[in-house]
Amino acid sequence: MAQSSLDSRTLVGAGLILICAIFAPQRAMASLYQDLGATAGLVRIVDQLVENLINDPRIKAHFRNTDLTRLRAQFNDQLCMLSDGPCRYAGRSMLQAHKGQYIDIAAFNAVIEDLQSAMDHEDIPVGVQNRLLAKLAPMYREIVSQGNLPK
Amino acid sequence: MFKRVGPSRHLLSTASVWILTALCLVGGTVRAASAPPVDAGDDYIDPGLAAIEARAERNQQAQRQGRDYSGKLLFTAGISSLQGPAGGGLNPWAVIGGYGSTGQIGANGFYTRVPLRDFDLESFGALVGIDDRIEISLARTSFDTKKVGAALGLGSHYLISTNSYGLKVRLSGDAVLDQNSLLPQVAAGIIYRTVDRANLVRALGARDDQDAEFYLAATKLLLEQSLLVSAAVTFTRANQFGILGFGGTRADNYQACPQISLAYLLGRHWIIGAEYRARSDNLASFREGNGFDGFIAFAPTKNVTATLALVDLGPIVGKSNQRGLYGAIQFGF
Repeated sequence: MAQSSLDSRTLVGAGLILICAIFAPQRAMASLYQDLGATAGLVRIVDQLVENLINDPRIKAHFRNTDLTRLRAQFNDQLCMLSDGPCRYAGRSMLQAHKGQYIDIAAFNAVIEDLQSAMDHEDIPVGVQNRLLAKLAPMYREIVSQGNLPK
Repeated sequence: MFKRVGPSRHLLSTASVWILTALCLVGGTVRAASAPPVDAGDDYIDPGLAAIEARAERNQQAQRQGRDYSGKLLFTAGISSLQGPAGGGLNPWAVIGGYGSTGQIGANGFYTRVPLRDFDLESFGALVGIDDRIEISLARTSFDTKKVGAALGLGSHYLISTNSYGLKVRLSGDAVLDQNSLLPQVAAGIIYRTVDRANLVRALGARDDQDAEFYLAATKLLLEQSLLVSAAVTFTRANQFGILGFGGTRADNYQACPQISLAYLLGRHWIIGAEYRARSDNLASFREGNGFDGFIAFAPTKNVTATLALVDLGPIVGKSNQRGLYGAIQFGF
């Protein structure tokens, strides 16, 4: 009886190891930073994103006086850091950076859509895109003007 | 003893569904006019809070030009369900219909056709979403009895229609952007419905030809997994979505019917999913089963969504296994 319970435990253990073996390689591969094409990939995504932003009639007014080179660098640092890449965003806080601008949920979502288009342009699979967006989305609380947040 | 819906009153409410649907379709094509010039100010000098606020005030109108409509992300407004509220094909979700985000309005009109084995179900209607907070919906659903109508002595293709008036309020949470929290978006809703064949539904054992049902829905988008999960409980006395009236001799009280929807974001413009809907079973003569569907929806833009589903509504008016295709199209903003 002790023997059989040991056996079943061994079986469960072996099963768990098997499951781990199946999922582990995917887990290891699934670094979001790598899936986005690492530094070179992110640079291409951000270039396309900024191109989309300044041509988007819904939000381009916000970028009239923006230093685009600096904007690109900050987007790069931020997306790299969010995707667990080897970077650190050292710019102003999201709250500071967007203070005094009239940003509503619609403008925030417009940027998300421009980022989706940029990632589509770089052939990033939608599942990978959504993993990045999941990390970006909660930032709306700092970016959207206080008065435009849902009550 | 029973409240009656006179034919003229039903006609009037039917006309209101038509008119509102037409208005929404026209409204969907309305777009914002040209933008006034922007005072971009000086971004590199900290001008102090008062000056910042003054500038923001001046720029508000200019900066928001071009985004007066459709501020939500694709699919995050759900689709119009058979009875009007935004959700899946069968179940209401906690999302507010129409693509209007906070501070905006959104609306859409829909047409759905469900050819079942022995019947044809058809529905059209419209909804308006206000401030991503309140949703008002209207739907007219027609049930074509086809040959069964003749067999029951009603006449071939005898039609039974319902009008549904819905109100939904978002109570808390954000299904889409609050990705750092598992708390769902929660909404409460009411659907008030009338059926036009009062004498018939009573003869079949229903207690009423009009009634309200209430629901509580919780919806969350798990973006990391590209998955949308929604659950709802509807408290209802409806027989076959009200087509066979409300309440009956078997049961006449409000019953809590759980509903579950799962959807997977296949791509930016495609979503697939499945739904389960428990339904009440009040009539002694005609039993009612639970509803299931599996759907795929395609939205090339926020203005158009096409949905195709396989649906199983169980037995209807004594005819078992009422399965069929579910096709829906909606236009809006």
